[in-house]
Amino acid sequence: MDNTFARCEDLVFSYDDESRDVLCDVSLSFKRGEFTAVLGHNGCGKSTFAKHLNAILLPCGGSVYVDGIDTKDEERLYDIRQRVGMVFQNPDNQIVATIVEEDVAFALENLGVPPEEIRERVDEALKSVGMYKYRMHSPHQLSGGQKQRVAIAGIIAMRPECIVLDEPTAMLDPIGRREVLKTVKRLNREYGITIILITHYMEEAAMCGRVIVMDKGKVLLDDVPKEVFSKVELLKSVGLDVPQVTELVYELNKYGLGLDQHIITEEECTEALIKLLS
Amino acid sequence: MIKDITIGQYFPGNSIIHRLDPRFKLVIALAYIVMLFAGNVFVSIITGAVFCIVSFALSRIPFKLMAKSLKPILPILLFTSILNLIFIDTGKTVFKLWILKITSGGIETSVMMIIRITLLITGTSLLTYTTSPIALTDAIERLLSPLKKIKVPVHELAMMMTIALRFIPTLIEETDKIISAQKARGADMENGNLVQKAKAMIPILIPLFISAVRRAEELATAMECRCYRGGEGRTRMRQLKASAHDFVAAGVTMIFFAALIAVNIII
Repeated sequence: MDNTFARCEDLVFSYDDESRDVLCDVSLSFKRGEFTAVLGHNGCGKSTFAKHLNAILLPCGGSVYVDGIDTKDEERLYDIRQRVGMVFQNPDNQIVATIVEEDVAFALENLGVPPEEIRERVDEALKSVGMYKYRMHSPHQLSGGQKQRVAIAGIIAMRPECIVLDEPTAMLDPIGRREVLKTVKRLNREYGITIILITHYMEEAAMCGRVIVMDKGKVLLDDVPKEVFSKVELLKSVGLDVPQVTELVYELNKYGLGLDQHIITEEECTEALIKLLS
Repeated sequence: MIKDITIGQYFPGNSIIHRLDPRFKLVIALAYIVMLFAGNVFVSIITGAVFCIVSFALSRIPFKLMAKSLKPILPILLFTSILNLIFIDTGKTVFKLWILKITSGGIETSVMMIIRITLLITGTSLLTYTTSPIALTDAIERLLSPLKKIKVPVHELAMMMTIALRFIPTLIEETDKIISAQKARGADMENGNLVQKAKAMIPILIPLFISAVRRAEELATAMECRCYRGGEGRTRMRQLKASAHDFVAAGVTMIFFAALIAVNIII
């Protein structure tokens, strides 16, 4: 079986009220089980791109295939949405019900799953995000990170093959951010779910297997984090940062220290610096 | 501070009344209202009172809480009883001052009215005290579901109620934030006359509405992502199943009703 899960070919998209194309000629493919980060400045089209992956938006030109299904195929719309779950920035605006477990059940109720099976899958989903003991709480009693995990559980319950997260940590405090990232990483590792993480935190992108950088509706870079972040000048020219350690190495290299520009983690950096100093 | 408001007035518990099927509870509450206002005043009040007191005792709701729910209707009670006292002109004159005339009939009616309204409020608040808003919405959806046949959007109405309940705390929190933000910019909300106070609400309401619309849009997208497509073909995780004690409760209510009718016929 083909290892590609989602694929888009020459994707073009523009909103009705804008003359400029939000996405132009985007061609990308995602493998099963891959953990990808999408970076880009505000308005670069990354959220718009994400919405194409589960047919919330349909391409104006080109096509998107999810698990071999064309997203334009209206008959299979819910097959696509069940396969690709989506988590948004504001946890408050994606929770529908007044009780945690009812909310997690929402998608399954929509899909017409029998009640006993819903119960089972809801419990399983809540356990997999570590929110089982909060199942009877109402959402407003939870912290931001917990709410976001409930939102993720609501998606997990559908048993999707891929989860697209659109800046899921942007509105959270550092603790909440850590909780959410840990959960997402575990889902990728243990359940083999394909993750596409849209973010503007470079540290989050650095931990992924692949980083895509978008600018003005085009794919600028698409590589492993080490390679992407070594192009410090290019990233800065499109208004992006690099992880702090990469920045440090970059600044030191200006003085001709000759450090490896592929450093992206603190450990690597410490090691390189110790080597240099001794 | 503003966050402490409880939605509805649900008082969590595990009594027999709490555990009753919400559909049965709703129907019983309706029957109770009919009971209070049907037939002979004395009989209906006595049956109603007995019914109310028994279920109240079973629910184990603190008396204080119930007393609190009666507080807001005190002015209404006072107003209706005064009107009854002044305008009902039957029976013996008890007291006369210039054109004011208080008759025994007036006293009787106003006392009955007070008892009736008190029973009405305590009985119906018992329903909201012992049933969570979500269970109540659920019950309404299921009870009204036959109306779907005549194209009443029952599921949509229930969904709207659920979402409204869900967003009340969120929007309260937001209002709180907006008020603080506007105060920090020197908005004066406490002083001035009625018109000025009303005007001071504008800078709070406009941002609140804008954000509510934005939230609605995001929520709609999130619901679509989770395959929402209206009520058709939808299943529910929580099934409402009527158990033996639901039928017992319904039976007891029927007996009360029957007694009420019987007594009314005999008298």
